[in-house]
Amino acid sequence: MAAEVGQFALILAFVLAVVQAGAPLWGAQRGEPVLMALGRSAAVLQAGFVILAFSCLAASYVACDFSVALVAQHSNSAQPLAYRFAATWGSHEGSMLLWVLILAIYGGAVARFGGTLRETLQARVLGVQGLIGAAFLGFLIFTSNPFLRLSPAPLEGVELNPLLQDPGLVSHPPLLYLGYVGFSVAFAFAVAALIEGRVDAAWARWVRPWVLAAWIPLTAGITLGSLWAYYELGWGGWWFWDPVENASLMPWLLGTALLHSALVLERRGALVSWTILLAILTFSLSLVGTFLVRSGILTSVHAFAVDPRRGVYILGIIGVTTGAALALYGWRAPTLRTGALFASVSREGGVILNNLFLSVLAFTVFAGTFAPVFIELAGKDKISVGPPYYNWVFAPFAVPLLTLVVFGPMLNWKRDSAAAVLRRVRIPAALAGVVLLLVLVTAGWKAMVAAAGLALSAWLVAGALAIPGRRWWAGRANLGRSIRTTPTAVLGLALAHAGLGLLVLGITGVTAWHSDKVLTMHPGESTAFAGRTLTLQAIDLADGPNYQARQARFDITGKDGAYSLVAERRAYATSQTTEAAIHVSPLGNLYVSGGDEADGGIVVRLWDHPLIVWIWTGGFIMALGGLVSLSDRRLRLGVAARAPTPAPAVSPAPAE
Amino acid sequence: MRRALALLPVGLFVLVLVGFMAGLRHDPAILPSMLIGKPLPAFALPPLKADQAGLATADLTGEPVLLNVFASWCGPCKEEHPTLLRLQAQGVRIAGVDWKEEPAEGARWLDENGDPYMRAGNDRTGRAGIDLGVSGVPETFVVDRRGRVRYRQVGAITPEVWTQTIEPLMTRLKAES
Repeated sequence: MAAEVGQFALILAFVLAVVQAGAPLWGAQRGEPVLMALGRSAAVLQAGFVILAFSCLAASYVACDFSVALVAQHSNSAQPLAYRFAATWGSHEGSMLLWVLILAIYGGAVARFGGTLRETLQARVLGVQGLIGAAFLGFLIFTSNPFLRLSPAPLEGVELNPLLQDPGLVSHPPLLYLGYVGFSVAFAFAVAALIEGRVDAAWARWVRPWVLAAWIPLTAGITLGSLWAYYELGWGGWWFWDPVENASLMPWLLGTALLHSALVLERRGALVSWTILLAILTFSLSLVGTFLVRSGILTSVHAFAVDPRRGVYILGIIGVTTGAALALYGWRAPTLRTGALFASVSREGGVILNNLFLSVLAFTVFAGTFAPVFIELAGKDKISVGPPYYNWVFAPFAVPLLTLVVFGPMLNWKRDSAAAVLRRVRIPAALAGVVLLLVLVTAGWKAMVAAAGLALSAWLVAGALAIPGRRWWAGRANLGRSIRTTPTAVLGLALAHAGLGLLVLGITGVTAWHSDKVLTMHPGESTAFAGRTLTLQAIDLADGPNYQARQARFDITGKDGAYSLVAERRAYATSQTTEAAIHVSPLGNLYVSGGDEADGGIVVRLWDHPLIVWIWTGGFIMALGGLVSLSDRRLRLGVAARAPTPAPAVSPAPAE
Repeated sequence: MRRALALLPVGLFVLVLVGFMAGLRHDPAILPSMLIGKPLPAFALPPLKADQAGLATADLTGEPVLLNVFASWCGPCKEEHPTLLRLQAQGVRIAGVDWKEEPAEGARWLDENGDPYMRAGNDRTGRAGIDLGVSGVPETFVVDRRGRVRYRQVGAITPEVWTQTIEPLMTRLKAES
């Protein structure tokens, strides 16, 4: 029953999306308030029906209704409740439904809470979102129906891939999709602005919080994905340059650029057409990510069951949405007003550098990810682009960008003097110098790269803290008041940049000083590793809810104290997983993974990961910084619209 | 100038789109083997049952042969098994490598399901599998009479795969002198 209701709701949502696409766009063109109002109602209703459809699928999963083909393929009754529920988005069809769900909720939110927007702008935004919604609902209904029945119904379903039975599955995909799909709002705003042919302050004030609202979950989602891969895949890596990881990194890089350029547009009215282009490209790269996972164009550990027909359909969606948006851009962008003038040494200039570097970084990832496709087309062999490419191409652009990050917030808008800026960063610079010298003195010249990395990290963290620090120092006569009156946007900025510094700390530590060891151990044996002594106490068997585990128990004494670890190897009905044992500490992790049995013992892999925990701490702090920033009064939408700042006068902008 | 610059993104996008479209026609699952045209790597594997002979590279010369890598814990192998038994009945020479499990488990599996192999060896550590470049089971290599790898089948040999790809190749290899 639930499946039929869901199917019906999905079809109704599709029809409503078509209405949402047509009515407001037409209404805005003709100035018909009734049609525009129809668009708003359609968006809210569509959200309601997609929520209903999603709930129906989730209910089928939770209730183990194996007459629904999708449930039978990805869930069985032995799975714990949380994973039965999360399995809703553990398949291609289900994850696509989650995608559409988030899109519909965002659309409903724009319709419901966008009352302060100019009516025609809101109508056009909704229309564009309706188009995207209709395209993806059509994709679901016509190529990947999640509600197909299976007759006769099997008694038991096929277990969800055990690698996915992890708390990571519950939160990682929804967070990523919140990010990917969130950029659709910025995209819709960009296209609406191009249709209208005008970009004003209200537009910029609306777009920035939406970009931020997409960037926060995307940052958290990528960080969580990295953490999940680290503890679940059992190879102790935190980033693999896998095509699908890259697919999330590309929109993140461009989204970060968009976040900064939208700030300039909001505050200074400059970088108008560039911001619009970034908004289009960021969402397009999110779509490319969706395409990549489902089309089978590249092989990846993340890929869903591959079907080229789906690939063609998604490619069609990308072709139409991105193609139309970029064509519209080519037509309209030259007529958009250009922003205010600024000198090259200025906050605006800093953001342009930031955007330049981030765009180049996104391009290097794009080139590396898709090089195999294009090289194969050129008739050459299959190649795979691995970490060496990224180490050589990504790092040379990432390091200068990271060095420049500290200067950005220290710059004044419009114009500034280089000498004054250098004076403002003298304390972070001195700190970084001290760190550099300390590491070189204690570890020698061989540690040059590590020393530079740690210095960069100190520079970033100190530079970030200096932002509120300088403010409070200036207002030290009444410190309590100056702390209280600090806008949360400033604190958010400091947190996000400090998080970036911690990320650099983690990457440097683990890259420069990691070590590993592989050996066969028997119960009772000991081994020395990275300043610790490990003893394999015992190998036991234990039963989990839907698996059997072989547990290897280790006792460890050494530089990080005395403790025990249990490394598991789990045998599920269909496959095996390795659950590594990890001792986490701020200075470094010990990662123990128990592999195959050999000669009465087991093959044990040991890794020492100095400082690695700061990678994810940094990532989450960046997302937290975004959240803090989003809570700023300035970004609360009603306030922004009621007190609009006058748009800067029209004047040529040489820097654009 | 401004107009040309504004049209640049859509131009580049069309190029990328065309590339993606063409790329979709390629199947990423086709993994070329480094071994095609080269002699089999040397291995000498112990037997599954103590009283039988094992499997060494030298056993695979003289006549074209299929070298099938399998394991009792692998689902697709079970699916493939009846096809292998049928081929054996037709007189196709098949050698087996029991991959990453105890010999006794592989032997029990063959006792229960039938043994299509003229010889089989046990690769408990997966060492020979690494030399062969095995990415998963089942995998089958077509070896010519001089012991060179001529084809690699990733995944199960289905009746279609046999009639369309491997059988014509085996016929051709038999004709080679």
